[in-house]
Amino acid sequence: MKNQQKPIITVQNLVAQYGENVILDGVNLEVFKGEILVVLGGSGCGKSTLLRHMVGLDVPRSGNIIVDGIDITNCNDADFKTTLRKIGILFQSSALFGSMTLAENMAVPIAEYSDLPKSVITDLIRMKLCRVDLSEFENYLPFEISGGMKKRAGLARALALNPEILFLDEPTAGLDPVSAAEIDNLILQINQSSKTTIVIVTHELFSIFKVAHRVIMLDKSTKGIIAQGDPQYLKDHSENKKVKGFFNRESSSGQLSETL
Amino acid sequence: MKEYYDIFERDDGELIVRLKGRLDVKNAAAILQTLSSEVKTRSPSSLVVDIDQVTAFDDYGALILFELKHQLPLDNGSFRIENVSSKPEEILAQINFDEQEKYAIPQKKRAVNILVRLGDATIRHLDNIRFMVSFIGSVVLSFLHVLFHPKSLRVDDTIDAMEKTGVDALPIVALISFLLGLIIAFMSSIQLQQFGANIYVASLVALAMTSELGPIMTAIIVAGRSGSAFAAEIGTMKIYEEIDALFTMGFNPTIFLTIPKILASIIVVPLLTLFSNLFGIAGGLVVGVFMLGLTPGTYISQTIETITLFEVLWGLTKSAIFAVLIAWVGCLRGFQTRGGAAGVGNAATSAVVTSIFLIVLFDSIFAVIRSYWR
Repeated sequence: MKNQQKPIITVQNLVAQYGENVILDGVNLEVFKGEILVVLGGSGCGKSTLLRHMVGLDVPRSGNIIVDGIDITNCNDADFKTTLRKIGILFQSSALFGSMTLAENMAVPIAEYSDLPKSVITDLIRMKLCRVDLSEFENYLPFEISGGMKKRAGLARALALNPEILFLDEPTAGLDPVSAAEIDNLILQINQSSKTTIVIVTHELFSIFKVAHRVIMLDKSTKGIIAQGDPQYLKDHSENKKVKGFFNRESSSGQLSETL
Repeated sequence: MKEYYDIFERDDGELIVRLKGRLDVKNAAAILQTLSSEVKTRSPSSLVVDIDQVTAFDDYGALILFELKHQLPLDNGSFRIENVSSKPEEILAQINFDEQEKYAIPQKKRAVNILVRLGDATIRHLDNIRFMVSFIGSVVLSFLHVLFHPKSLRVDDTIDAMEKTGVDALPIVALISFLLGLIIAFMSSIQLQQFGANIYVASLVALAMTSELGPIMTAIIVAGRSGSAFAAEIGTMKIYEEIDALFTMGFNPTIFLTIPKILASIIVVPLLTLFSNLFGIAGGLVVGVFMLGLTPGTYISQTIETITLFEVLWGLTKSAIFAVLIAWVGCLRGFQTRGGAAGVGNAATSAVVTSIFLIVLFDSIFAVIRSYWR
């Protein structure tokens, strides 16, 4: 259904390497406009590495990453900045600035990239915090709020400029089921109301079935994608042992010996 | 910006704003700038916003509506949005549009009475002092524990701290002391030359370095290099709950983290001071030989004649005390760290400032003791 659409992110033959250690070897991937794509896989398979490359934090050893028509592995600074303006990122640790209140955290990108007067920005931040249900906490410092609230605040900051593409690194990891469900609902809401393309890195099975339009699964041994498609279909029909094991939470002794 | 809205005014004073086109993040600032001032100058009693022809709407669009609403007089203005299709309605519901006012009331900063502030500051300082004293107690108890249970000393950590505090600091201590010796010799020679007393430059440099400047300069360098590092290391561990992890594993964080650092400092700072003395004297020697025409032999023999063993030991004792102060304050500030990255920065700054203050304070105390001693 999505395949007729134009891809907004295209990853071509991506090779990612830290030092001598090759993490991803020849990954090809297309992310389509308006979809929620979940990148999954076991620990250490390169999920976060893929994400870091897609947002330009790490430079690939070879291959191209085209985000909305601009190849971010090979472009000038102005084009790169335009691309960054289109994306929002929620980091695994939320990465809120510890010395600033939640409102100040959100004001950083808004004040930099828009011409709104200060009082209007304050109103906007209140609306945005209200959207993630944090309206009463605008003057709190990050270390004064809980982990789930930090994630929501990080999400609100990632959404500050209404990005076209949203990257979420483990948005529900380490949260209680209720907080995780709240985040999942927010993700769906954002995707529906603004047609935002969302790329999520996670291994929370429950979230995957709830939000994913499409999943891709990475694996450590092949250093690439071993499966992609609808999560329910993969769970029911995949022949691949690792994919089956992942969705059914089975530990296979073969996988263990491989990682050791 | 006219292409984004039309304004009509009805006879009964109602103002109608018909918004069109894209009401989103790209246009919001520009639309708001002209539209809100236009609405404000007309100061309507009631305002109707028609968003039938809006093609794109996000929360920045909602922001425009919100700001328009706020152009009305607060008490008797009526505000209405017309032709809301399903998508804007959804967004307005998500941000709780009708309830936004209750958040928008500016929070007044409470004006705090000066007496209350004074009291707060006093309590904070007393708390700080209490923590300092209890930390001294904790360090002393830990030292006694290590004395009776030598196995609990973390030898590897101690040696590591000795390398970082001592060996790694040697080049900078040597360079600064050498230049310091050079400066003292040079400055004093200007005065002493007038009396033909060039030879006493050697005495002056030797005495100044061994009893005062060697210990103090070394201590200040170590405070800047290692005191701040101790505070930052322990502060970061505190923030990431590593200290709590140690505690729950049954370790005493003071024995685990503080004792190796204090012990290492007591050992290496006097050694660094010794090097500092030597290099300072060498700096003086260079000035003496190349500018004052003294031979190296006379300079050195004059130096040896001046310095007594007592003088050197006195300096080294002082530097050992300074070492304890630096390591103690560095660890203390680390354990006091709160908050995030900024908290670690504050801890490191405070460690350096406090230890330099204490170094100078204790040096004055030593000077007083000395003057009564002999």
